[in-house]
Amino acid sequence: MDLKEWFANRQKRKEVDVGKQPLTTEEYCALWKQCFQCRELLYTRDLRANLEVCPKCQYHFRMGAVDRIEHLCDAGSFEELDSAMHSSDPLNFFDTEKYPKRQEEASRKSGLTEAVLTGLCKIGGHGAALGVMDFGHFGGSMGSVVGEKVTRLTEAAQAKNLPLIIVSSSGGARMQEGILSLMQLAKTSSALKSFHDQGGLYISIVSEPTFGGVTASFAMLGDFIIAEPGARIGFAGRRVIEQTIRQKLPADFQTAEYLLKHGQVDMVLERAKLKDALAHLIAFHSGHKTEINTTSKNGRTEAQGVGSAAV
Amino acid sequence: MATADKKPIPLEFEQPLAVLHQQIEALEKQLADNPELEGDMLRLQDQYNQLKRSLYSNLRPIDHLAIARHPQRPYTRDYFDTWDSAWMELHGDRKGGDDPAMVCGLVTIDGIKLLAVGTQKGRALRDKQQCNFGMPQPEGYRKALRLFRHANKFGLPILTLIDTPGAYPGLSAEEHNQAQAIAENLFELAGVTVPVVAVVTGEGGSGGALAIGVANRILMLEHSVYSVISPEGCASILWRSNDKVSEACQAMKMTAKEILQLGVIDGVIDEPLGGAHHDYQKAALNVKTAIAKTFRELLRLSPEQLREDRQAKFRKYGSFIEA
Repeated sequence: MDLKEWFANRQKRKEVDVGKQPLTTEEYCALWKQCFQCRELLYTRDLRANLEVCPKCQYHFRMGAVDRIEHLCDAGSFEELDSAMHSSDPLNFFDTEKYPKRQEEASRKSGLTEAVLTGLCKIGGHGAALGVMDFGHFGGSMGSVVGEKVTRLTEAAQAKNLPLIIVSSSGGARMQEGILSLMQLAKTSSALKSFHDQGGLYISIVSEPTFGGVTASFAMLGDFIIAEPGARIGFAGRRVIEQTIRQKLPADFQTAEYLLKHGQVDMVLERAKLKDALAHLIAFHSGHKTEINTTSKNGRTEAQGVGSAAV
Repeated sequence: MATADKKPIPLEFEQPLAVLHQQIEALEKQLADNPELEGDMLRLQDQYNQLKRSLYSNLRPIDHLAIARHPQRPYTRDYFDTWDSAWMELHGDRKGGDDPAMVCGLVTIDGIKLLAVGTQKGRALRDKQQCNFGMPQPEGYRKALRLFRHANKFGLPILTLIDTPGAYPGLSAEEHNQAQAIAENLFELAGVTVPVVAVVTGEGGSGGALAIGVANRILMLEHSVYSVISPEGCASILWRSNDKVSEACQAMKMTAKEILQLGVIDGVIDEPLGGAHHDYQKAALNVKTAIAKTFRELLRLSPEQLREDRQAKFRKYGSFIEA
């Protein structure tokens, strides 16, 4: 390209640019993200292409539910269930703001109606029931809707004989629905018990961060539990524990690696390897179920499917 | 049961009553020498009774919380001792621990042989420390789990008494997987084929309470509370302030009456006027009568029906809109 041509092109570019609004500060900032761990400045588009993992230090950023589904499912295979379900306000809850107002705010920020997306999909060619939580919506908290969607997903997996996969990311139960939120722990666990007794395979993936009511129910009930590197997972929050026992906690306390060391998860897996691992686990456990289910002992059907290792 | 004979310690909102009571006592001493004070005495007593009735019929949620946390409130061991002096305690999770905050044993009530499990707060300071103020460790939940399986094997009905601020938040509790211990109890209790009755006798604190609360019937004592998070925790997260506890109590709808209205529990058990700590015997009798009646109803169901009944009960919880 000679100089003349370049100038001509520049002129053209200018003409195209006319009428475009300059970027706002907010938009400029959104172009870049700083890594929490190594402080590297990362171009958002590159980061997204790298599954929200820092290319320099492998720090795993939180991943939104929509991105996660796109990454895990075979292209175009995800069919959402119960997409229209949303929260009511059973307690008329009011703190500094009314609960419905807070819901609107959460939806505006996240672009979702609730903190979990559920549906049927294909993973590496295998059919699966998939639920993905999004911490970006109301801190991923579990209220009636999250509990109900997870329960229905479990029931769908049971009815259609599909493996169940749930990616958790949650601050715990949603306070604004009070005791009804607490009961979702039991509701989801009860559905998983039936699924388990029928021989269903359930793989739980825990990502940054998973705490409280979600860990104390379905996140910890998987036949397999896979954690993402660096994810913080636990029951009580670090600050609460420090205040209670008045003692300094180890730096890596409640990280995925710490959990692995203490025997609480099967493996810590990088995000890029997750999809293949899921496909492998599903393939490894398919085909045995009918055989085991029909084995009779003392006249009683042994309901020992693939998941008997979990309890 | 040392505290049963002691005078109840008045709570903050009971102060006007306590003042009046002192006046009555003072007057009583003078009465022997001055019989003409009889009229005053009667008037004062009348006033006292009136105030007492109006005070306890207009309790705020935070007052219920104070009664539920009263240091003299009967605890799990007090109930077991009163019901069955020969009850037999069972220890240990068989995996390396025995948590005194979770009391398990074989108890007979009204001729019904039960496996009974309950959280225990501890009375004297040392006792309290050993029980972590009623906050069980994973070892406690696993002891309960072991015995739930035992009860299921031998067809023993399961009774659970809930009085805990929550599961213990500590270093070793997390290392020993507190969350999984709770989740596994929810999972297991959902599947047992024996009748399960849970009674919230004091504080029902979050997942730590629910871990022994997946029952066919859930009952609460009149002044007990049950919530998703402690009101202190709720106030500090939502209001970012420690003096909004009363507001948090109100917002969360945590009293027995409100939870009954929400359809989460099946009944409320009356307490002696002023709270269970005023009369251990009467409180224990009320609870006993209620649970014996509930178990008799449940025992008519077949094992499979009992399991279906429980799963259907928990399946219904929640409030949402589909449109």
